[in-house]
Amino acid sequence: MSTTIEPVVQSHKQTTKIPSATIRFAGDSGDGMQITGDQFTRTTALLGNDIATFPDYPAEIRAPKGTLAGVSAFQVHFSSEDIFTPGDQLDALVVMNPAALKTNLSDLRKGGILICNSDGFEKKDLELAGETENPLNSQVLEDQYQLFKVPMNKIVEIALKELKAAGMSTKEIDRCKNFFALGLVYWLYGRDMDATIRFLQAKFGNKPQIIEANTKALQAGWNYGETTDAFVSNYKIDPAHLPPGKYRDINGNQAMAWGLMTAAKLSDKELFLGSYPITPASDILHELAKFKNMGVRTFQAEDEIAAITSAIGAAYGGAMAITTSSGPGIALKGEAIGLAVMLEIPLLIINIQRGGPSTGLPTKTEQADLFQAIVGRNGECPLPVIAARGPGDCFYVAQEAWRISTRFMCPVMILSDGYIANGSEPWLIPSMKDLRKIPVTHAPEQIDGSKFLPYKRDEYLSRPWAIPGTKGLMHRIGGLEKQDVTGNVNYEPDNHQHMTNTRAQKVENVALEIGPQEVEGPESGDVLVLSWGGTYGACRTAVEACQGQGLKVAHAHLRWLNPFPSNLGDVLKNYKKVLIPELNMGQLRTFIRSKYLVDAIGFNKVKGRPFAIAELIAEIKRVLPK
Amino acid sequence: MANDIAPALTSADFASDQDVRWCPGCGDYSILAQMKKVMPQLGIPREKIVFISGIGCSSRFPYYMNTYGMHSIHGRAPAIATGLKCVRPDLQVWVVTGDGDGLSIGGNHFLHLMRRNVDLKILLFNNRIYGLTKGQYSPTSPLGKINKSAPMGVIDNPLNPLSVAIGAEATFVARSIDVNIKHLGEVLKRAAEHKGTAFVEIYQNCNIFNDGAFDYATDKVSKFDTTVELEHGKPLIFGKNKNKGIRLNGTEPEVVELGKGISEDDLLFHDEKAPEPTLAYLLSRMRHPEFPEPIGVFRAVDHPKYDVELNKQVETAREKKGPGDLDALFNSGETWTVG
Ligand SMILES: Cc1ncc(C[n+]2csc(CCOP(=O)(O)OP(=O)(O)O)c2C)c(N)n1
Ligand code: SF4
Repeated sequence: MSTTIEPVVQSHKQTTKIPSATIRFAGDSGDGMQITGDQFTRTTALLGNDIATFPDYPAEIRAPKGTLAGVSAFQVHFSSEDIFTPGDQLDALVVMNPAALKTNLSDLRKGGILICNSDGFEKKDLELAGETENPLNSQVLEDQYQLFKVPMNKIVEIALKELKAAGMSTKEIDRCKNFFALGLVYWLYGRDMDATIRFLQAKFGNKPQIIEANTKALQAGWNYGETTDAFVSNYKIDPAHLPPGKYRDINGNQAMAWGLMTAAKLSDKELFLGSYPITPASDILHELAKFKNMGVRTFQAEDEIAAITSAIGAAYGGAMAITTSSGPGIALKGEAIGLAVMLEIPLLIINIQRGGPSTGLPTKTEQADLFQAIVGRNGECPLPVIAARGPGDCFYVAQEAWRISTRFMCPVMILSDGYIANGSEPWLIPSMKDLRKIPVTHAPEQIDGSKFLPYKRDEYLSRPWAIPGTKGLMHRIGGLEKQDVTGNVNYEPDNHQHMTNTRAQKVENVALEIGPQEVEGPESGDVLVLSWGGTYGACRTAVEACQGQGLKVAHAHLRWLNPFPSNLGDVLKNYKKVLIPELNMGQLRTFIRSKYLVDAIGFNKVKGRPFAIAELIAEIKRVLPK
Repeated sequence: MANDIAPALTSADFASDQDVRWCPGCGDYSILAQMKKVMPQLGIPREKIVFISGIGCSSRFPYYMNTYGMHSIHGRAPAIATGLKCVRPDLQVWVVTGDGDGLSIGGNHFLHLMRRNVDLKILLFNNRIYGLTKGQYSPTSPLGKINKSAPMGVIDNPLNPLSVAIGAEATFVARSIDVNIKHLGEVLKRAAEHKGTAFVEIYQNCNIFNDGAFDYATDKVSKFDTTVELEHGKPLIFGKNKNKGIRLNGTEPEVVELGKGISEDDLLFHDEKAPEPTLAYLLSRMRHPEFPEPIGVFRAVDHPKYDVELNKQVETAREKKGPGDLDALFNSGETWTVG
């Protein structure tokens, strides 16, 4: 359904115009905060604001209710200007219980709006959060923030008393309080409730009582803002000046799935996904599984090894083959990735990175699998590595990776991360006819009886993709070192050296296809911020802020991590300092330093959270040459 | 698709140009020879046949067949073959594996292949030892066996490959012996013709690291007492003079002598089509020396095949929803227009 920007239900109170706001909903994992954030995002997107979101899930699916470990939060940054991150400091924070207050308050700016569900601050709630005193009674909160104590449970109960009389349970009624909070925030930021009401109708079509209850709670929230004296003013944020066109909201995993299906279509292939569920990659499997009618075959394998090897089998058979996972699963796939490198077969390996080694921080973000992606296998085993920079970019990264994988006959690793995967942003809807075709050819049948040469190479050193079923091309391949051209098993020392060089050169040749590194900002200067992956938005915003202050700072964002663009060395030499911010302990920096002998400076953090723009600005200023 | 215009193929047409590099005397040669003999009888063009193997001596097999082939990584051939078959149901796919490859490192994939019933053939060359890595014990090595990695004898209870396959409800389960060439050829042919996962255990002699492991079953004299050939609908009779049989005593099999008041009708009759895997499992538990070991087809039943079902779902989805339109998908849901 397409909508042009809708009129907002008008508030009669005073409205203050602001350029942007960052808000966060936080509550217990059972409080429905993700749905609330999601609805706010959709509604805000429909109003034409630019948006970036950051859902933050607890590590355990059912962490004990009311505890610090069970806090679930959803952050939305929306603006009348182009934005690239979900924001640093919060302008408004909604908390449903003391645990949510305790874990989120430090991100609220001084003077910011703090809306608390005072009914969630009973004695037992305080105990669960490890509090002895009720923080809502403290003068500190009153002094430092615009504190609103709203008895949400009670108001919702009153608003829904007719439904209660009609038999709705207390538990079901209690569940609606997130929609009350949403309604209140809609009022506060002049959002319209229609889209959410439509959402409720579509989702609970056969449960009219649930639709009615949530709609009433939503309206009660809006009315509360409008009528309660405590709220004197609400805010207005004009639509952003985004490039003209039709938009929708998209998150990284959805964009990745759609990009993969698009790549299949553009290359005239059917898609096979071999995957084993893992957070935060599973949603790609879920999304693709819906599209069997488009020839998508998803295989939920018994483990990650079967996931990738089934994909290798499918690739060998001529399909567009993909495997998706996260770091621990990629670790299991290592040997099979080596096989794909030896087979010289197209294959996409998608790693939605998460935090920490081993099981680490499954629901938190980090970009610490770069070493794993580039060198984490046995033997000399190079492959091209590309990283998405944001949710919408996943759509294009998927296509570019497949183009390279088929052109060069080699597996390609795509890096994304939990932050990109779950975060969403407005997406300018593309049209299939404007997207670049991905030409794929298979070796044709040979009926003259001549011997087929499976490792005969073209100008890029790429070998033919010969698939079973083709007459006259019968051949055997495998992981053992092979003789170039014939593909026969061969252990001769010079041959192994030659094949090792050839496989490496082939990956280097990818640089011929990916174009030069571009730089935003002055072509030379004091500091170059070099970034990759999901830190794009924060780095770009921080660099723009520094440029606005007259500093000679530029930004280069790497899309391909292997190989690097051919001019990267020259670009680096044009700046007095190179700063590499990464959500790891310096992995890109290690490669850059060793390859270009540049004394790059790292700015590193692994806290399961993205960079704040403010901390990046401070760091850029710190490294400025004196 | 029949190969009607081309001249009939011979066993030599299935030999690749590669030198066969197994140790002289290895049982693998005999299996290769039988496979090359069976292939032309199937009437399938060479380009439609794929051999996929893992790692081990047996896994060199694909190099020696003039078909499509992949020598992959240790234990993973079943998963590779599954992926291939899912996208290419038109191909006949064979998996060649060893007892270490298939049951140790690849045990997980083995199980899941069986229960999914993907339409492909899996041959497990069981030599009860690790050949390629030079003589460590395998999951099928008997208790007490002395070898390189168990100098005081194996203490791991061995796995019975057929019991595992039947436990996972494999739809075709058979056993044969490398040197019993006529029998082997027949079993391979039946496996090729089965629709669904066909699992064949082949007793294979590794004359270097475990020579004679199956002498009891291959020795010209003793084999009549140590093996019993399974035939659908026929009683289990064995012995040089066909004078011994297997009878059920409650749920336990027992060896009986015919005559002396026991007739064929008292014996256990083989039913490879029994819907329940119980009988096949019972047969798989009969081990030397207490019992003659059954060879032949233990189980051959019909059941939905994973690759067929997957492709059916694709077809059904296409019928219901049409071929799909990405532009329509991009434009679905809530959208808004700027400018
Ligand atoms: C990941 C991995 N682990 C270990 C090995 C070493 N390896 C190669 S073959 C083999 C055992 C093979 O035994 P089996 O499957 O019985 O085959 P056979 O050689 O007896 O035919 C082992 C342990 C390997 N190649 N890869
Ligand atoms: S080691 Fe054993 S199994 Fe391997 S080739 Fe030699 S005889 Fe055959």
